[in-house]
Amino acid sequence: MSGLLHIKRAGPAVSVQDLGRPGYMGQGVATGGAADRLALFEAAALLEAPAVLPAIEMAGMGGSFTVDAPTRFALTGAPMRATLDGEPLGWNESHLLQPGEVLDLGGVSEGVYGYLSFAAGLDLTPWLGSVASQASLGIGKLLAAGDTLPLGTDSDTSLPPRRLPKADRFKGGALRMMPGPQTGLFDPATLERALATSFTRDAAANRQGVRLNHDGAPFPADDAASLASDFITQGDVQMTGDGVPYVLMADCQTMGGYPRLGTVLPDDLPMLAQAPLGAKLRLEMLDLAAADALWQSDKARLAALRSKAEVKIRDPRDIRDLLSYQLISGVTAGDDLDRDLDYQGAMDSRLSSGPLLS
Amino acid sequence: MTQDTPQSPLRAAHAPEVLPLGQDSLLVRFARAASFEATAACLAFQRAVETLALTGVRDVAPSLTSVSVQFDPSVLDRATLVAAITPVLSKAATDALLPAPTRRWHIPVAFGGDFGPQLSEFAEVSGLSEAQILKEAQETELRVLAIGFAPGQPYLGYLPEGWQVPRQRNLTPRVPAGAIATAVRQMVLFTNASTTGWRQIAETGFRPFVQDRAEPFLLRQGDALRLEQVSHDTYRDLKRNDAEGLGGAKCEVLT
Repeated sequence: MSGLLHIKRAGPAVSVQDLGRPGYMGQGVATGGAADRLALFEAAALLEAPAVLPAIEMAGMGGSFTVDAPTRFALTGAPMRATLDGEPLGWNESHLLQPGEVLDLGGVSEGVYGYLSFAAGLDLTPWLGSVASQASLGIGKLLAAGDTLPLGTDSDTSLPPRRLPKADRFKGGALRMMPGPQTGLFDPATLERALATSFTRDAAANRQGVRLNHDGAPFPADDAASLASDFITQGDVQMTGDGVPYVLMADCQTMGGYPRLGTVLPDDLPMLAQAPLGAKLRLEMLDLAAADALWQSDKARLAALRSKAEVKIRDPRDIRDLLSYQLISGVTAGDDLDRDLDYQGAMDSRLSSGPLLS
Repeated sequence: MTQDTPQSPLRAAHAPEVLPLGQDSLLVRFARAASFEATAACLAFQRAVETLALTGVRDVAPSLTSVSVQFDPSVLDRATLVAAITPVLSKAATDALLPAPTRRWHIPVAFGGDFGPQLSEFAEVSGLSEAQILKEAQETELRVLAIGFAPGQPYLGYLPEGWQVPRQRNLTPRVPAGAIATAVRQMVLFTNASTTGWRQIAETGFRPFVQDRAEPFLLRQGDALRLEQVSHDTYRDLKRNDAEGLGGAKCEVLT
């Protein structure tokens, strides 16, 4: 540990998340991890981290944060009102947080889950290979005002801020499924009807599951009532006793007795997690070979994002405080004419090439 | 339909099915309905797959009627995995008997009232009297058929034929941690407050999972378990000063 993160204020569902703890199904432990895993990969790309870092997940409402050692940080997932000592910050970007500065994150403007990741990393002891909280399962807890978390060290705070294109997964869409162990229990007509149905996201939605609403008849399965409880995986579209679909999410149960229509591919779960109340959703069914062919390793996922995370450049005309940059340079370098000239030279060359590093 | 002991190995009437469970797992299902025989086949198959020690297999976990095999698709593809496990499949399905338990848990429980709000409803739907439910719940030597739903949470069975009652159509919004609920000749002992389609008939202070306890997970698949009725007052006393979450439970080691 080489620093502390202080949480001054926290929304109602703020927790530490990483990619979860796969491999403990036999103990009844769901993989868990970030509801929107893609946001963690985006943060790693922005911070030039070699692998995904643990992050602070914030559902709906963020919090207020300070550190006692400098670290770069990234803001990903659902955009929130973000300020650093009162100055607005861009979302899907990385920034630098210095001791004494207050990072304030408000409500989401789109989507559901916002993520705050630190280049210094959160220096927590893993349990079953992960630091992720699965608060509803009795693993870890939610974070609250007054909590402090140990930070590691940001190896290079001078690395330039980066930005990714604005994420586009906050308004619902099509969920691609693959067949699961119980798809065959639904008669083909029921399955067809489910695939032709326009669903909306219900108010019942959390880290465990998202309920889908629709007009029309429920989707029953044969012999559902006395089916043996069986393994469930994240993304399973479960039909409860009343035939209403729930898509099971990160902290889902590991076993259940209600039949499942199919399994939503992991790549489409971030969009579902981020779908706001009332968002339109559809189900599509891929065959097994097509679904397997879409599998992507975490390494490939991160590499693809890394190539998109550009060094952040700003048009100098957009920089309100440009004058203060020069003023500060004048103050600090005023005792050394050469250094001042060098600095001006550097500024000029950047200006001549158009946009300015910020 | 399910059978009590004495067991007979699972007959080939239901050939095991190999099914997908997401992009990185497959599920081998030995039966659709739960039985000791299907559970025994699961345990035998789990051991057989672990013995194969296949590169790229990440986790092999048994349920009541199936085994999930999680793999890393970057080093092992589904077809190769299916080919590798097929030779051990039919042997597990036909040879296996559930091994005798090595441990027996004695769990104090409070039945009915605030601690079993659906006891009378369960009596109504099953046609059993409340007295008979309490008697059979305590006389049955339950086995931990599988751990799942929530961390460390046991599926217990099998209760006598009269307990063959389907899950509720509508979910109970919340049962508390420690709730003992029943359906399909089984019981579940909830580790956390949950939404469920099973009917709560009793409650216990025994917590099969506590993350901060020296031994977070207490139960293992195959353990025997006996429910032992205590009065509501005794139950409340057992829950006081019980940081370990044992609720007065005792573990008997069988030799």
